Amino acid sequence: MAGSGRMALLEDLRERVARIERRPLPPGRLAVVPFGVPGIDAALPGGGIARGALHEAAGSGPDTEHGATAALLAASVLARAAGPVLWVSTHFDLFAPALAEVGLGPERVLHVEAGREVLAAVEEGLRHPGLAGVVGEVPGRLGLTASRRLQLAAEATGAIAFALRRSPRHDDPGLAEPSAAVTRWRVASLPSAPPLPWSPDTPGLGRARWRLELLRARGGEPCSWIVECPDAQGRLALAADLADRPAAQGPRAGRRRAAG
Amino acid sequence: MTRAHDGRRLTVVAANRAAHVLGLRPGMPLAHAQAMVPGLEVAVADPEGDADALADVAAWCLRYSPLTAPDPPDGIWLDVTGCAHLHGGEEAMLKDLLGRLGRSGVTASAAVADTPGAAWAVARHARDPVTVVPPGGQADAIALLPVAALRLPGETVAGLRRLGLDLIGQLVSTPRGPLARRFGAEALRRLDQALGSAPEPITPVVPPEAVQHTLAFREPLLTAEALRLAIGGLAEAVCAGLERAGLGARRLDLLFERVDDATKVLRAGTARPTRDPRHLARLLGERLEEVDPGFGVAAMRLVVALAEPLAPAQAAVPLAGGAGAEVDLAPLVDRLAARFGAARVFHVLPVESDVPERSARRAPPLADPGHAVWPSGLPRPVRLLAPPQPVEVLSVLPDQPPAAFSWRRVRHRVRRADGPERIAGEWWRRDGERRAVRDYWAVEDEAGQRFWLFRRGDGADPATGDLTWFLHGIF
Repeated sequence: MAGSGRMALLEDLRERVARIERRPLPPGRLAVVPFGVPGIDAALPGGGIARGALHEAAGSGPDTEHGATAALLAASVLARAAGPVLWVSTHFDLFAPALAEVGLGPERVLHVEAGREVLAAVEEGLRHPGLAGVVGEVPGRLGLTASRRLQLAAEATGAIAFALRRSPRHDDPGLAEPSAAVTRWRVASLPSAPPLPWSPDTPGLGRARWRLELLRARGGEPCSWIVECPDAQGRLALAADLADRPAAQGPRAGRRRAAG
Repeated sequence: MTRAHDGRRLTVVAANRAAHVLGLRPGMPLAHAQAMVPGLEVAVADPEGDADALADVAAWCLRYSPLTAPDPPDGIWLDVTGCAHLHGGEEAMLKDLLGRLGRSGVTASAAVADTPGAAWAVARHARDPVTVVPPGGQADAIALLPVAALRLPGETVAGLRRLGLDLIGQLVSTPRGPLARRFGAEALRRLDQALGSAPEPITPVVPPEAVQHTLAFREPLLTAEALRLAIGGLAEAVCAGLERAGLGARRLDLLFERVDDATKVLRAGTARPTRDPRHLARLLGERLEEVDPGFGVAAMRLVVALAEPLAPAQAAVPLAGGAGAEVDLAPLVDRLAARFGAARVFHVLPVESDVPERSARRAPPLADPGHAVWPSGLPRPVRLLAPPQPVEVLSVLPDQPPAAFSWRRVRHRVRRADGPERIAGEWWRRDGERRAVRDYWAVEDEAGQRFWLFRRGDGADPATGDLTWFLHGIF
């Protein structure tokens, strides 16, 4: 009993610190955008992608350069958050129909080609009230100071900030440097399952399969899942043939690590 | 042709092109002209009407530059510093200007140069109707023009020509002392103005009925903070004026009148009519570093160059809207456009075209999305490579996806594929697309990465394409 009392006290303190740290969100807005996949949401403090916070996402391997899967991840989260989205790129190479395919319609996205000043444009967007979120395609490094600025700007308006880290180097060590982001995600493509499970030889492509890695989460623990890529409403799903397995890769319940 | 009395007799004041062809020139006695061309049509000159019309044309030219001024009897000044790129460059801007004037029946010629004097000379004496003098090139550009191009009084021109000084180039190489003694300082001042060694301010016209406000300072302002404060005050005053008129600003010109009589301009545009003083002040204040205050700014004027009706709106109630409330993006768009350029802030909207690179267009922010939609359910990559990159493939059969392909010297073995999606060329756009066909495949390599490949041609008819493969996108 003594142990559970201490846990409750800790929970209470954590909540108070969180309240002091973050400004209140406008009423009617949830503090998070959940993935809707219980296994993933349970690993995230608050139960989803926190609003008013900076999140990092990067591709893996050869996709580090294009960050295509990471872009889809960000788009799918923002597709489920109401409001316009500002998408900042160095040079525009997105193909907007792909964003529409995961539920982020063209009329919701305002694009900016900001050249070398991506971070400045992201901050400008985060300071504008009412946006669902801002995606910045950050080439190369994202320092602690710069990410702290973005985090503070996001806190002020409650928008979701995504830093899509792109680098011409595969698995650039610069992407692993510390930052003020609340979560850091890495998306890697995996061979997908056959489109028709009962007939594996039928040609065609099913839903793409990703290894979704939560490399860092403030107040949570690193985790990884195998998921199927977002559907037309931007919802991920645990890979069908793996979903029934015991949570070998899920978060280990009952053990938490200090925030940091 | 028009006539006027010069005190002694009736003379020709202006002659149209047909009259010029017949040898009639302004300045000749009317009787002489009428003797040369019987039945000549002559109207009475109306100098005041001409001046009014010229001022109207100068005000119309505000579409090109915030600093325009009539230059009687027949010229218009435009200070196009920093404006030409908005119209596709200096030459394109002049052509557009002359084209529009021409369609309204005004024949004109135009020139751009570093100095007003050189532009004046070249516009009136160059062969081509449109001349752009390269930066620093005014001395060369005017060297072979007659001295009359220096805006000198008639007797000075005649005197110079008696000395054998017909061309400006000759005048430049003549010792200045004797020239000044003989013709006065005026001749040298005009020469210096044309060459850029003497200043020549332009007194700008103000658009008719524009909402504006001027602040004059007892002490010239130098620091950015002081200028910013002044901008805040101007914005307040102008927005109050806009509110009274029921208007919102779409384009603003902020004129800095410096103590040395030069005028500097900041021009800012907004995506939607607005009269929010904080927004306007921030929009102009962010670009303050583009303005060189010189020895100080003596006065500032904020002019609403373009305004649109804006109905009074209820002040936004904070925290009233939930997720469904309409978000006003206009201030954000304006700030981003001021910083990165209007062309780099855009929506991407669907176009009714099956060719992937044409199926999305950049539209101005806040534009009407239109009715076109992208087909759903078809595989579309996140990144589109422009242009498509050639890849080497190992393809077994024409109607099969490639077994493997190499891109950037990395070989990808294709594990699964979806296709082909056949996209035909749009023959109504280009002749070359009359029979062209692309077969698209979405393929997945062994690592699970997905690519969007296409082959030119349908594999049977060589006229549809040469069977080369390209990588067009990455999922």
